[in-house]
Amino acid sequence: MNFNQTAMTNIEKELHQLKEDIIGMMHLVQNQLTKSSKAFSQQSIPLSKEIHKVENRVNAMELGISKDCENIIALYNPVASDLRLVLAALKIVIYLERIGDHADKIARYVRKEQITDPIDPRLLDAIRFDAIFETAQEMVNDAIDGFINEDTGLARLVFVKDQNLNKLHVNAIKTLAKSGEGDDPGTSESLLTILYLFSIVNKLERVGDLAKNIAEETIFYVEAKVLKHYKKKKKKK
Amino acid sequence: MVQSADKNLNFQVNSNPDMDSKTSKKREQIAKLRSEKANVWYGNKHVIKNVNIAIEPNTVTAFIGPSGCGKSTFLRLFNRMNDYIDTFRMEGKILIDEEDIYDKKVRVEELRRKVGMVFQKPNPFPKSIFDNVAYGLKIQGIRNKSVLEETVERSLKQAALWEEVKDDLHKSALALSGGQQQRLCIARALAVEPSVVLMDEPASALDPIATSKIEELVVELKEKYTIVIVTHNMQQAGRVSDNTAFFYMGVLVEYDDTKKLFTNPSEELTERYITGRFG
Repeated sequence: MNFNQTAMTNIEKELHQLKEDIIGMMHLVQNQLTKSSKAFSQQSIPLSKEIHKVENRVNAMELGISKDCENIIALYNPVASDLRLVLAALKIVIYLERIGDHADKIARYVRKEQITDPIDPRLLDAIRFDAIFETAQEMVNDAIDGFINEDTGLARLVFVKDQNLNKLHVNAIKTLAKSGEGDDPGTSESLLTILYLFSIVNKLERVGDLAKNIAEETIFYVEAKVLKHYKKKKKKK
Repeated sequence: MVQSADKNLNFQVNSNPDMDSKTSKKREQIAKLRSEKANVWYGNKHVIKNVNIAIEPNTVTAFIGPSGCGKSTFLRLFNRMNDYIDTFRMEGKILIDEEDIYDKKVRVEELRRKVGMVFQKPNPFPKSIFDNVAYGLKIQGIRNKSVLEETVERSLKQAALWEEVKDDLHKSALALSGGQQQRLCIARALAVEPSVVLMDEPASALDPIATSKIEELVVELKEKYTIVIVTHNMQQAGRVSDNTAFFYMGVLVEYDDTKKLFTNPSEELTERYITGRFG
Protein backbone atom coordinates (compact mmCIF):
# COMPACT_ATOMS: atom_id res chain seq x y z
CA MET A 1 0.00 0.00 0.00
CA ASN A 2 1.36 3.37 -0.89
CA PHE A 3 -0.24 6.17 1.04
CA ASN A 4 1.83 8.85 -0.69
CA GLN A 5 1.07 7.73 -4.22
CA THR A 6 0.77 10.58 -6.68
CA ALA A 7 -0.87 8.93 -9.71
CA MET A 8 -4.44 10.07 -10.24
CA THR A 9 -7.20 7.56 -9.62
CA ASN A 10 -10.03 7.33 -12.15
CA ILE A 11 -12.40 9.34 -9.97
CA GLU A 12 -9.72 12.01 -9.52
CA LYS A 13 -9.39 12.27 -13.30
CA GLU A 14 -13.15 12.59 -13.67
CA LEU A 15 -13.37 15.25 -10.96
CA HIS A 16 -10.40 17.12 -12.42
CA GLN A 17 -12.15 17.19 -15.78
CA LEU A 18 -15.41 18.25 -14.12
CA LYS A 19 -13.66 21.16 -12.44
CA GLU A 20 -11.99 22.15 -15.71
CA ASP A 21 -15.37 22.16 -17.45
CA ILE A 22 -16.98 24.26 -14.72
CA ILE A 23 -14.11 26.75 -14.91
CA GLY A 24 -14.59 26.90 -18.70
CA MET A 25 -18.28 27.66 -18.22
CA MET A 26 -17.46 30.24 -15.55
CA HIS A 27 -15.15 32.14 -17.91
CA LEU A 28 -17.74 32.03 -20.65
CA VAL A 29 -20.42 33.48 -18.38
CA GLN A 30 -17.98 36.07 -17.02
CA ASN A 31 -17.38 37.21 -20.62
CA GLN A 32 -21.10 37.27 -21.35
CA LEU A 33 -21.69 39.66 -18.48
CA THR A 34 -18.80 41.91 -19.50
CA LYS A 35 -20.06 41.97 -23.08
CA SER A 36 -23.61 42.77 -21.97
CA SER A 37 -22.26 45.78 -20.07
CA LYS A 38 -20.49 46.95 -23.22
CA ALA A 39 -23.45 46.19 -25.46
CA PHE A 40 -25.65 48.32 -23.21
CA SER A 41 -23.28 51.24 -22.81
CA GLN A 42 -22.37 51.28 -26.53
CA GLN A 43 -25.88 50.36 -27.74
CA SER A 44 -24.13 47.72 -29.86
CA ILE A 45 -26.54 45.47 -31.73
CA PRO A 46 -23.77 43.20 -33.20
CA LEU A 47 -22.32 42.60 -29.72
CA SER A 48 -25.79 41.92 -28.41
CA LYS A 49 -26.34 39.35 -31.16
CA GLU A 50 -23.00 37.73 -30.32
CA ILE A 51 -24.10 37.38 -26.69
CA HIS A 52 -27.29 35.68 -27.80
CA LYS A 53 -25.34 33.24 -29.96
CA VAL A 54 -23.00 32.30 -27.10
CA GLU A 55 -25.98 31.88 -24.75
CA ASN A 56 -26.76 28.60 -26.53
CA ARG A 57 -23.27 27.37 -25.64
CA VAL A 58 -23.81 28.30 -22.00
CA ASN A 59 -27.06 26.30 -21.98
CA ALA A 60 -25.36 23.31 -23.61
CA MET A 61 -22.57 23.44 -21.03
CA GLU A 62 -25.08 23.39 -18.20
CA LEU A 63 -26.68 20.23 -19.59
CA GLY A 64 -23.32 18.61 -20.36
CA ILE A 65 -21.86 19.23 -16.91
CA SER A 66 -25.06 18.11 -15.18
CA LYS A 67 -24.91 14.87 -17.14
CA ASP A 68 -21.25 14.40 -16.16
CA CYS A 69 -22.22 14.86 -12.51
CA GLU A 70 -24.96 12.27 -12.88
CA ASN A 71 -22.48 9.83 -14.41
CA ILE A 72 -19.89 10.42 -11.69
CA ILE A 73 -22.46 9.77 -8.96
CA ALA A 74 -23.73 6.63 -10.69
CA LEU A 75 -20.37 5.16 -11.63
CA TYR A 76 -17.95 6.29 -8.93
CA ASN A 77 -20.11 6.70 -5.81
CA PRO A 78 -18.20 9.77 -4.63
CA VAL A 79 -18.04 10.52 -0.90
CA ALA A 80 -16.77 13.32 1.34
CA SER A 81 -15.12 16.22 -0.54
CA ASP A 82 -15.58 14.40 -3.86
CA LEU A 83 -19.31 14.20 -3.27
CA ARG A 84 -19.43 17.80 -2.13
CA LEU A 85 -17.69 18.91 -5.32
CA VAL A 86 -20.21 17.05 -7.47
CA LEU A 87 -23.18 18.37 -5.49
CA ALA A 88 -21.76 21.90 -5.62
CA ALA A 89 -21.10 21.53 -9.36
CA LEU A 90 -24.72 20.53 -10.00
CA LYS A 91 -25.91 23.76 -8.40
CA ILE A 92 -23.16 26.05 -9.66
CA VAL A 93 -23.92 25.24 -13.31
CA ILE A 94 -27.56 26.20 -12.73
CA TYR A 95 -26.49 29.53 -11.17
CA LEU A 96 -24.04 30.17 -14.01
CA GLU A 97 -26.68 29.45 -16.60
CA ARG A 98 -29.01 31.95 -14.93
CA ILE A 99 -26.30 34.61 -14.85
CA GLY A 100 -25.82 33.92 -18.57
CA ASP A 101 -29.58 34.33 -19.05
CA HIS A 102 -29.54 37.72 -17.31
CA ALA A 103 -26.58 38.88 -19.42
CA ASP A 104 -28.45 37.82 -22.54
CA LYS A 105 -31.68 39.52 -21.45
CA ILE A 106 -29.89 42.78 -20.65
CA ALA A 107 -28.36 42.68 -24.14
CA ARG A 108 -31.81 41.86 -25.56
CA TYR A 109 -33.03 45.38 -24.84
CA VAL A 110 -30.36 46.62 -27.24
CA ARG A 111 -30.78 43.76 -29.73
CA LYS A 112 -34.53 44.23 -30.01
CA GLU A 113 -34.00 47.99 -30.25
CA GLN A 114 -36.12 48.54 -27.18
CA ILE A 115 -33.51 51.00 -25.96
CA THR A 116 -32.39 53.00 -28.98
CA ASP A 117 -31.55 56.51 -27.89
CA PRO A 118 -28.83 57.25 -25.34
CA ILE A 119 -30.31 57.41 -21.85
CA ASP A 120 -30.05 60.67 -19.93
CA PRO A 121 -26.69 60.36 -18.14
CA ARG A 122 -28.08 62.30 -15.16
CA LEU A 123 -30.56 59.51 -14.56
CA LEU A 124 -27.88 56.83 -14.95
CA ASP A 125 -25.69 58.74 -12.47
CA ALA A 126 -28.56 59.21 -10.05
CA ILE A 127 -29.34 55.49 -9.93
CA ARG A 128 -25.57 54.74 -9.91
CA PHE A 129 -26.04 52.40 -12.83
CA ASP A 130 -22.31 51.87 -13.45
CA ALA A 131 -21.66 51.09 -9.80
CA ILE A 132 -24.46 48.49 -9.83
CA PHE A 133 -23.12 46.83 -12.97
CA GLU A 134 -19.52 46.90 -11.68
CA THR A 135 -20.46 45.51 -8.27
CA ALA A 136 -22.44 42.67 -9.83
CA GLN A 137 -19.51 41.88 -12.14
CA GLU A 138 -17.01 42.03 -9.26
CA MET A 139 -19.18 39.66 -7.25
CA VAL A 140 -19.30 37.18 -10.12
CA ASN A 141 -15.52 37.48 -10.60
CA ASP A 142 -14.84 36.94 -6.88
CA ALA A 143 -17.24 34.00 -6.70
CA ILE A 144 -15.51 32.43 -9.70
CA ASP A 145 -11.97 33.06 -8.40
CA GLY A 146 -13.06 31.77 -5.00
CA PHE A 147 -14.17 28.49 -6.58
CA ILE A 148 -11.14 28.14 -8.84
CA ASN A 149 -8.65 28.74 -6.01
CA GLU A 150 -10.80 27.09 -3.34
CA ASP A 151 -10.48 30.42 -1.53
CA THR A 152 -13.34 30.66 0.95
CA GLY A 153 -12.11 34.06 2.15
CA LEU A 154 -12.75 35.45 -1.31
CA ALA A 155 -16.08 33.61 -1.41
CA ARG A 156 -17.07 35.31 1.85
CA LEU A 157 -16.16 38.70 0.39
CA VAL A 158 -19.02 38.16 -2.07
CA PHE A 159 -21.48 38.27 0.85
CA VAL A 160 -20.15 41.66 1.92
CA LYS A 161 -20.42 43.00 -1.62
CA ASP A 162 -23.95 41.64 -1.88
CA GLN A 163 -25.05 43.88 0.98
CA ASN A 164 -23.60 46.84 -0.89
CA LEU A 165 -25.34 45.81 -4.10
CA ASN A 166 -28.64 45.44 -2.29
CA LYS A 167 -28.34 49.01 -0.97
CA LEU A 168 -27.50 50.32 -4.44
CA HIS A 169 -30.47 48.40 -5.83
CA VAL A 170 -32.96 49.83 -3.31
CA ASN A 171 -31.66 53.34 -3.96
CA ALA A 172 -31.95 52.86 -7.74
CA ILE A 173 -35.53 51.62 -7.49
CA LYS A 174 -36.53 54.59 -5.35
CA THR A 175 -34.85 57.02 -7.75
CA LEU A 176 -36.48 55.39 -10.78
CA ALA A 177 -39.89 55.58 -9.07
CA LYS A 178 -39.41 59.29 -8.44
CA SER A 179 -38.30 59.75 -12.00
CA GLY A 180 -41.43 57.93 -13.22
CA GLU A 181 -43.55 60.26 -11.12
CA GLY A 182 -42.03 63.17 -13.00
CA ASP A 183 -39.54 64.32 -10.40
CA ASP A 184 -35.94 65.08 -11.28
CA PRO A 185 -33.62 63.59 -12.32
CA GLY A 186 -34.41 62.08 -15.67
CA THR A 187 -37.77 63.65 -16.35
CA SER A 188 -36.90 63.65 -20.01
CA GLU A 189 -36.96 59.82 -20.15
CA SER A 190 -40.05 57.95 -21.22
CA LEU A 191 -41.78 55.72 -18.75
CA LEU A 192 -40.86 52.77 -20.97
CA THR A 193 -37.13 53.52 -20.69
CA ILE A 194 -37.50 53.88 -16.93
CA LEU A 195 -39.18 50.48 -16.83
CA TYR A 196 -36.38 48.95 -18.93
CA LEU A 197 -33.83 50.38 -16.51
CA PHE A 198 -35.88 49.08 -13.60
CA SER A 199 -35.81 45.63 -15.18
CA ILE A 200 -32.04 45.76 -15.83
CA VAL A 201 -31.27 46.91 -12.29
CA ASN A 202 -33.38 44.03 -10.95
CA LYS A 203 -31.53 41.57 -13.17
CA LEU A 204 -28.18 42.84 -11.90
CA GLU A 205 -29.35 42.47 -8.33
CA ARG A 206 -30.28 38.85 -9.15
CA VAL A 207 -26.85 38.35 -10.73
CA GLY A 208 -25.39 39.39 -7.37
CA ASP A 209 -27.61 36.88 -5.57
CA LEU A 210 -26.50 34.14 -7.95
CA ALA A 211 -22.83 35.06 -7.39
CA LYS A 212 -23.55 34.73 -3.66
CA ASN A 213 -25.09 31.31 -4.29
CA ILE A 214 -21.92 30.23 -6.12
CA ALA A 215 -19.84 31.47 -3.17
CA GLU A 216 -22.06 29.46 -0.79
CA GLU A 217 -21.44 26.33 -2.86
CA THR A 218 -17.68 26.95 -2.80
CA ILE A 219 -17.79 27.15 1.00
CA PHE A 220 -19.89 23.97 1.12
CA TYR A 221 -17.41 22.18 -1.15
CA VAL A 222 -14.26 23.35 0.64
CA GLU A 223 -15.39 23.60 4.28
CA ALA A 224 -18.48 21.37 4.33
CA LYS A 225 -20.45 24.27 5.80
CA VAL A 226 -23.96 25.16 4.69
CA LEU A 227 -24.43 28.93 4.82
CA LYS A 228 -27.71 29.10 2.94
CA HIS A 229 -30.50 30.64 5.03
CA TYR A 230 -27.94 31.07 7.81
CA LYS A 231 -29.28 34.47 8.88
CA LYS A 232 -32.85 33.24 9.06
CA LYS A 233 -31.85 30.41 11.36
CA LYS A 234 -29.91 32.83 13.56
CA LYS A 235 -32.93 35.13 13.88
CA LYS A 236 -35.18 32.27 14.98
CA LYS A 237 -32.90 31.68 17.98
CA MET B 1 -1.29 11.72 18.50
CA VAL B 2 -0.05 8.54 16.90
CA GLN B 3 2.74 8.73 14.39
CA SER B 4 2.98 6.04 11.75
CA ALA B 5 5.57 3.42 12.64
CA ASP B 6 6.35 2.89 8.98
CA LYS B 7 8.84 5.46 7.73
CA ASN B 8 7.35 5.33 4.25
CA LEU B 9 3.96 6.33 5.55
CA ASN B 10 3.63 9.77 6.91
CA PHE B 11 0.47 10.18 8.88
CA GLN B 12 -0.60 11.48 12.21
CA VAL B 13 -3.96 10.77 13.72
CA ASN B 14 -5.71 11.37 16.94
CA SER B 15 -4.84 8.29 18.98
CA ASN B 16 -8.08 8.35 20.87
CA PRO B 17 -10.82 9.62 18.56
CA ASP B 18 -13.69 8.06 20.44
CA MET B 19 -12.75 9.51 23.78
CA ASP B 20 -12.46 13.06 22.51
CA SER B 21 -15.95 13.92 21.40
CA LYS B 22 -18.94 14.75 23.55
CA THR B 23 -20.96 12.16 21.68
CA SER B 24 -18.51 9.48 22.70
CA LYS B 25 -18.91 10.35 26.38
CA LYS B 26 -22.63 9.76 25.97
CA ARG B 27 -21.88 6.57 24.04
CA GLU B 28 -19.64 5.36 26.85
CA GLN B 29 -22.35 5.75 29.43
CA ILE B 30 -24.77 3.54 27.57
CA ALA B 31 -22.28 1.33 25.74
CA LYS B 32 -23.13 -2.26 25.00
CA LEU B 33 -19.61 -2.98 23.79
CA ARG B 34 -16.56 -1.11 24.89
CA SER B 35 -12.81 -1.35 24.61
CA GLU B 36 -10.28 0.38 26.81
CA LYS B 37 -6.75 0.77 25.50
CA ALA B 38 -7.01 -2.48 23.57
CA ASN B 39 -3.70 -3.69 22.18
CA VAL B 40 -3.11 -6.91 20.28
CA TRP B 41 0.08 -8.58 19.17
CA TYR B 42 0.61 -11.58 16.92
CA GLY B 43 4.08 -12.59 18.05
CA ASN B 44 6.08 -9.38 17.81
CA LYS B 45 3.67 -7.74 15.44
CA HIS B 46 1.61 -5.04 17.09
CA VAL B 47 -1.68 -5.23 15.18
CA ILE B 48 -4.15 -3.31 17.38
CA LYS B 49 -2.85 -0.14 18.95
CA ASN B 50 -4.49 1.42 21.97
CA VAL B 51 -8.04 1.30 20.68
CA ASN B 52 -10.82 2.86 22.73
CA ILE B 53 -14.34 2.53 21.43
CA ALA B 54 -17.85 2.54 22.86
CA ILE B 55 -20.67 0.97 20.86
CA GLU B 56 -24.25 1.78 21.76
CA PRO B 57 -26.88 -0.95 22.07
CA ASN B 58 -29.28 -1.55 19.17
CA THR B 59 -27.08 0.11 16.62
CA VAL B 60 -25.17 -1.10 13.60
CA THR B 61 -21.51 -0.17 13.67
CA ALA B 62 -19.34 -0.68 10.60
CA PHE B 63 -15.60 -1.28 10.80
CA ILE B 64 -13.84 -0.17 7.63
CA GLY B 65 -10.23 0.06 6.56
CA PRO B 66 -7.75 -1.46 4.12
CA SER B 67 -6.79 -5.13 4.29
CA GLY B 68 -4.54 -5.86 7.24
CA CYS B 69 -5.60 -2.77 9.18
CA GLY B 70 -6.81 -4.87 12.12
CA LYS B 71 -10.56 -4.45 11.79
CA SER B 72 -11.32 -8.20 11.76
CA THR B 73 -8.88 -8.86 14.58
CA PHE B 74 -10.55 -6.14 16.61
CA LEU B 75 -14.02 -7.54 15.80
CA ARG B 76 -12.95 -11.00 16.93
CA LEU B 77 -11.85 -9.61 20.31
CA PHE B 78 -15.53 -9.30 21.20
CA ASN B 79 -16.15 -13.05 21.15
CA ARG B 80 -12.60 -14.14 21.92
CA MET B 81 -12.13 -15.79 18.56
CA ASN B 82 -8.48 -14.72 18.52
CA ASP B 83 -7.78 -16.95 21.53
CA TYR B 84 -7.20 -19.86 19.14
CA ILE B 85 -4.21 -18.16 17.53
CA ASP B 86 -1.01 -19.33 19.27
CA THR B 87 0.89 -16.07 18.93
CA PHE B 88 -2.06 -13.89 20.01
CA ARG B 89 -1.47 -11.62 22.98
CA MET B 90 -3.78 -8.90 24.23
CA GLU B 91 -3.65 -6.01 26.67
CA GLY B 92 -6.39 -3.63 27.74
CA LYS B 93 -10.04 -4.32 28.37
CA ILE B 94 -12.90 -5.56 26.24
CA LEU B 95 -16.22 -5.05 27.97
CA ILE B 96 -19.70 -6.25 27.15
CA ASP B 97 -22.40 -4.76 29.35
CA GLU B 98 -19.46 -3.38 31.36
CA GLU B 99 -18.15 -6.87 32.12
CA ASP B 100 -14.56 -7.59 31.12
CA ILE B 101 -14.87 -10.62 28.83
CA TYR B 102 -11.16 -11.47 29.18
CA ASP B 103 -11.57 -11.91 32.92
CA LYS B 104 -10.63 -15.43 34.04
CA LYS B 105 -14.09 -15.94 35.51
CA VAL B 106 -15.75 -15.59 32.11
CA ARG B 107 -16.79 -18.85 30.44
CA VAL B 108 -16.04 -18.56 26.73
CA GLU B 109 -18.98 -20.84 25.74
CA GLU B 110 -21.36 -18.60 27.67
CA LEU B 111 -19.81 -15.51 26.04
CA ARG B 112 -20.30 -16.94 22.55
CA ARG B 113 -23.94 -17.64 23.28
CA LYS B 114 -24.28 -13.97 24.05
CA VAL B 115 -22.18 -12.85 21.06
CA GLY B 116 -23.10 -14.50 17.78
CA MET B 117 -20.85 -14.40 14.74
CA VAL B 118 -21.43 -14.54 11.00
CA PHE B 119 -18.45 -15.09 8.72
CA GLN B 120 -17.47 -14.00 5.25
CA LYS B 121 -18.32 -17.29 3.59
CA PRO B 122 -21.52 -19.04 4.57
CA ASN B 123 -20.55 -22.08 6.60
CA PRO B 124 -23.65 -24.23 7.15
CA PHE B 125 -23.08 -27.64 8.71
CA PRO B 126 -23.67 -30.61 6.39
CA LYS B 127 -27.01 -31.18 8.10
CA SER B 128 -30.60 -30.25 7.45
CA ILE B 129 -31.82 -26.67 7.57
CA PHE B 130 -33.68 -27.46 10.81
CA ASP B 131 -30.65 -29.06 12.46
CA ASN B 132 -28.41 -26.17 11.48
CA VAL B 133 -30.62 -23.67 13.26
CA ALA B 134 -31.32 -25.96 16.23
CA TYR B 135 -27.63 -26.86 16.63
CA GLY B 136 -26.78 -24.28 19.30
CA LEU B 137 -29.82 -25.15 21.38
CA LYS B 138 -29.09 -28.86 21.21
CA ILE B 139 -25.54 -28.21 22.42
CA GLN B 140 -27.09 -26.40 25.35
CA GLY B 141 -29.01 -29.61 26.09
CA ILE B 142 -32.41 -28.44 24.91
CA ARG B 143 -34.26 -31.44 23.51
CA ASN B 144 -37.89 -30.32 23.81
CA LYS B 145 -39.29 -30.68 20.30
CA SER B 146 -41.77 -27.84 20.48
CA VAL B 147 -39.13 -25.45 21.90
CA LEU B 148 -36.78 -26.42 19.10
CA GLU B 149 -39.47 -26.00 16.44
CA GLU B 150 -40.54 -22.66 17.82
CA THR B 151 -36.97 -21.40 17.96
CA VAL B 152 -36.16 -22.60 14.45
CA GLU B 153 -39.25 -20.89 13.05
CA ARG B 154 -38.62 -17.65 14.96
CA SER B 155 -34.95 -17.55 13.96
CA LEU B 156 -35.63 -18.28 10.31
CA LYS B 157 -38.30 -15.59 10.30
CA GLN B 158 -35.89 -13.10 11.87
CA ALA B 159 -33.34 -14.01 9.23
CA ALA B 160 -35.97 -13.46 6.49
CA LEU B 161 -35.58 -17.05 5.28
CA TRP B 162 -38.70 -18.76 6.66
CA GLU B 163 -40.95 -18.20 3.66
CA GLU B 164 -38.34 -19.67 1.34
CA VAL B 165 -37.56 -22.82 3.33
CA LYS B 166 -40.57 -23.58 5.54
CA ASP B 167 -41.58 -26.57 3.40
CA ASP B 168 -38.04 -27.92 3.10
CA LEU B 169 -36.77 -27.76 6.67
CA HIS B 170 -35.38 -31.27 6.55
CA LYS B 171 -33.53 -30.85 3.30
CA SER B 172 -29.77 -30.37 3.33
CA ALA B 173 -28.62 -26.83 4.06
CA LEU B 174 -25.93 -27.30 1.45
CA ALA B 175 -28.62 -27.31 -1.26
CA LEU B 176 -29.46 -23.66 -0.53
CA SER B 177 -28.08 -20.79 -2.60
CA GLY B 178 -25.15 -18.75 -1.22
CA GLY B 179 -27.41 -15.94 -0.08
CA GLN B 180 -29.83 -18.38 1.57
CA GLN B 181 -26.94 -20.18 3.26
CA GLN B 182 -25.70 -16.91 4.70
CA ARG B 183 -29.17 -16.06 6.03
CA LEU B 184 -29.30 -19.58 7.47
CA CYS B 185 -26.03 -18.87 9.29
CA ILE B 186 -27.57 -15.66 10.62
CA ALA B 187 -30.62 -17.64 11.77
CA ARG B 188 -28.28 -20.14 13.45
CA ALA B 189 -26.53 -17.30 15.26
CA LEU B 190 -29.86 -15.79 16.36
CA ALA B 191 -31.31 -19.10 17.60
CA VAL B 192 -29.30 -18.99 20.83
CA GLU B 193 -30.66 -15.48 21.52
CA PRO B 194 -27.47 -13.47 21.55
CA SER B 195 -27.55 -9.76 22.32
CA VAL B 196 -24.65 -8.97 20.01
CA VAL B 197 -24.07 -10.14 16.45
CA LEU B 198 -20.64 -9.76 14.87
CA MET B 199 -20.48 -9.96 11.10
CA ASP B 200 -17.19 -10.31 9.26
CA GLU B 201 -17.85 -9.26 5.65
CA PRO B 202 -21.15 -11.16 5.59
CA ALA B 203 -22.07 -10.22 2.01
CA SER B 204 -18.72 -10.16 0.25
CA ALA B 205 -19.28 -13.56 -1.36
CA LEU B 206 -22.85 -12.82 -2.42
CA ASP B 207 -24.48 -11.38 -5.54
CA PRO B 208 -26.18 -7.93 -5.37
CA ILE B 209 -29.68 -9.34 -4.72
CA ALA B 210 -28.52 -11.60 -1.89
CA THR B 211 -26.39 -8.72 -0.58
CA SER B 212 -29.41 -6.45 -0.57
CA LYS B 213 -31.39 -9.01 1.46
CA ILE B 214 -28.59 -9.32 4.01
CA GLU B 215 -28.36 -5.54 4.26
CA GLU B 216 -32.12 -5.19 4.82
CA LEU B 217 -31.87 -7.87 7.45
CA VAL B 218 -29.02 -6.15 9.26
CA VAL B 219 -31.02 -2.94 9.53
CA GLU B 220 -34.08 -4.85 10.80
CA LEU B 221 -32.09 -6.87 13.31
CA LYS B 222 -30.72 -3.86 15.12
CA GLU B 223 -34.08 -3.43 16.84
CA LYS B 224 -33.22 -6.49 18.93
CA TYR B 225 -29.47 -6.81 18.66
CA THR B 226 -26.30 -4.77 18.69
CA ILE B 227 -24.54 -5.40 15.40
CA VAL B 228 -20.96 -4.85 14.40
CA ILE B 229 -20.10 -5.43 10.78
CA VAL B 230 -16.72 -5.52 9.08
CA THR B 231 -16.96 -4.55 5.44
CA HIS B 232 -14.74 -3.58 2.55
CA ASN B 233 -17.75 -2.20 0.76
CA MET B 234 -17.92 1.48 1.62
CA GLN B 235 -21.40 1.88 0.18
CA GLN B 236 -22.57 -1.04 2.29
CA ALA B 237 -21.19 0.63 5.42
CA GLY B 238 -23.06 3.77 4.39
CA ARG B 239 -26.30 1.91 3.74
CA VAL B 240 -26.53 -0.21 6.87
CA SER B 241 -24.62 1.39 9.70
CA ASP B 242 -25.39 4.11 12.22
CA ASN B 243 -21.75 4.64 13.13
CA THR B 244 -18.54 3.84 11.32
CA ALA B 245 -15.05 3.21 12.65
CA PHE B 246 -12.11 3.61 10.30
CA PHE B 247 -9.00 1.58 11.15
CA TYR B 248 -5.57 2.04 9.65
CA MET B 249 -2.47 0.09 10.62
CA GLY B 250 -4.06 -1.05 13.86
CA VAL B 251 -5.08 2.44 14.88
CA LEU B 252 -8.68 3.59 15.21
CA VAL B 253 -8.33 6.71 13.10
CA GLU B 254 -11.89 7.97 13.24
CA TYR B 255 -15.14 6.83 14.78
CA ASP B 256 -18.23 8.85 14.07
CA ASP B 257 -21.78 9.00 12.84
CA THR B 258 -21.80 7.25 9.44
CA LYS B 259 -23.40 10.21 7.66
CA LYS B 260 -20.78 12.56 9.06
CA LEU B 261 -17.88 10.23 8.30
CA PHE B 262 -18.91 9.74 4.68
CA THR B 263 -19.72 13.36 3.96
CA ASN B 264 -17.26 15.31 6.05
CA PRO B 265 -14.69 13.16 7.84
CA SER B 266 -12.61 14.87 10.51
CA GLU B 267 -9.34 13.13 9.63
CA GLU B 268 -7.56 13.65 6.33
CA LEU B 269 -6.54 10.01 6.36
CA THR B 270 -10.19 8.93 6.49
CA GLU B 271 -11.00 11.30 3.64
CA ARG B 272 -8.18 9.85 1.57
CA TYR B 273 -9.26 6.28 2.25
CA ILE B 274 -12.97 6.66 1.59
CA THR B 275 -12.35 8.70 -1.56
CA GLY B 276 -10.03 5.97 -2.82
CA ARG B 277 -6.87 8.06 -2.76
CA PHE B 278 -4.89 5.20 -1.30
CA GLY B 279 -5.27 1.53 -0.41
